[in-house]
Amino acid sequence: MRGDQINLQNIVARSATTEPSPQVRHGGVEEVTKLIDVSRCIGCKACQVACSEWNDLRDDVGECVGVYDNPMDLTPETWEVMRFNEYEDEQGNLEWLIRKDNCMHCEEPGCLEACPAPGAIVKYANGIVDFNSEHCIGCGYCVAGCPFDIPRISKKDEKAYKCTLCSDRVFHGLEPACVKSCPTGSIMFGTREDMHELAAARTDFLKGRGYEKAGIYDPAGVGGTHVIYVLQHADKPEIYGGLPEDPRISPMVDAWKGVTKPLMSAAIGLAALSGFFHYATKGPKEEPEDDPDEEKASEAREEDK
Amino acid sequence: MTLRVSRRQFFKLGAAGMASSSMAMMGFAPEPAVASVRHFKLSGAKITRNTCTYCSVGCGLLLYSRGDASINNIDDIYHVEGDPDHPVSRGSLCPKGAGVLDFIKSRSRLSHPLVREPGSNEWKRISWNEALNRIARHMKDDRDANFVTQDENGNTVNHWLTTGFLAASASSNETATLTHKVVRSLGMLAFDNQARV
Repeated sequence: MRGDQINLQNIVARSATTEPSPQVRHGGVEEVTKLIDVSRCIGCKACQVACSEWNDLRDDVGECVGVYDNPMDLTPETWEVMRFNEYEDEQGNLEWLIRKDNCMHCEEPGCLEACPAPGAIVKYANGIVDFNSEHCIGCGYCVAGCPFDIPRISKKDEKAYKCTLCSDRVFHGLEPACVKSCPTGSIMFGTREDMHELAAARTDFLKGRGYEKAGIYDPAGVGGTHVIYVLQHADKPEIYGGLPEDPRISPMVDAWKGVTKPLMSAAIGLAALSGFFHYATKGPKEEPEDDPDEEKASEAREEDK
Repeated sequence: MTLRVSRRQFFKLGAAGMASSSMAMMGFAPEPAVASVRHFKLSGAKITRNTCTYCSVGCGLLLYSRGDASINNIDDIYHVEGDPDHPVSRGSLCPKGAGVLDFIKSRSRLSHPLVREPGSNEWKRISWNEALNRIARHMKDDRDANFVTQDENGNTVNHWLTTGFLAASASSNETATLTHKVVRSLGMLAFDNQARV
């Protein structure tokens, strides 16, 4: 099978197909979550390097434009970037807010919803949303469908790429590469329950240290995410490099997948059906198969024999 | 036999082909939507413990190499990550440590001894044996010429002040003891490691 490597059966959602996914292997599968504690991040980018190393990615060397962001944005070959933000708080203190930006692994993924290529985007029982690039047709609908602006289309092969939450590592019982490398414990990994417990403890700690609006970022608009943040200013997520306050899947995606597609299918079906009835009632249009010239026609018949 | 296709039949065939391929493209004949995870790239790799070469923290590394050290294979490191059992780093690494694979593979990395003779501006490749012999010869000559056996008060001492030694801070206790014994027994006083550099 094209692109088939490991026959995983615990898939809970696949893009653009009405075929049911194998459903039974979900017992005892815990949902995983990555917790990014922005308050502990020092912006060293060990996670970025570990990500590139594990995933065999070596992005082009860029240009320094005078800020710490490097590279400036996600690319098909950089699946996570640190976004450095200078923020002046109410007391006039400068805060350096550094957010690790990567795929959020939504519970209701907009990319998967929007994708028209069967099986190119899948969601596993453990919550990881993965791109199966072998099936990707490079249409870019996932980019439009993503409320966090994460997927990038490669110019080299016209396929979409993004963070896999190291699905290959996780399925072999390891934590993602970024999590393992983090020298400050800013990136943690575990079950959804454990990460929420840890995030709550960190939030309490931050509140005790004067960050009254500290909180957990786990947006309900996309059903929650499998990458959650602890933010010092959870009331203003947009100051963390434009983290959306209430991310939702674009209504265009719903219109396309929810309304337009069945309508189109119905229209095609109707056309085929009316064609059939026309044929049944009127029959085919009769035309003489042979050449009108009798001599030429008999010659052709001779040839056929 | 020749297949005779009239103009009309040709158009019919063309239209049918177009319609069916369009239907397939629009998802009416879906190919099986399989999911796949990338192969785990460390299965079967040989794991070697090591210490990061960069700074004085000395984080633990696991070097993953392809090949099982059998006679016909030259093993090759293809992945490096932190050693969870290392007491200093417990599996974590800094960006330099996490990217040490490219340092190992770097074309500009020194992989064999080189010597630049006095007065020359060229580096010449020499063997490890030549290099070690040369270093030993220089150390012996320098020690013979500059060894101090008595200080200004007439006390007997074991001092060799003209040569220093830079060792690794990330050594085990056993390595550190041995290094110390070798260096101090020669009388060397200038003895340091990169933790203070």
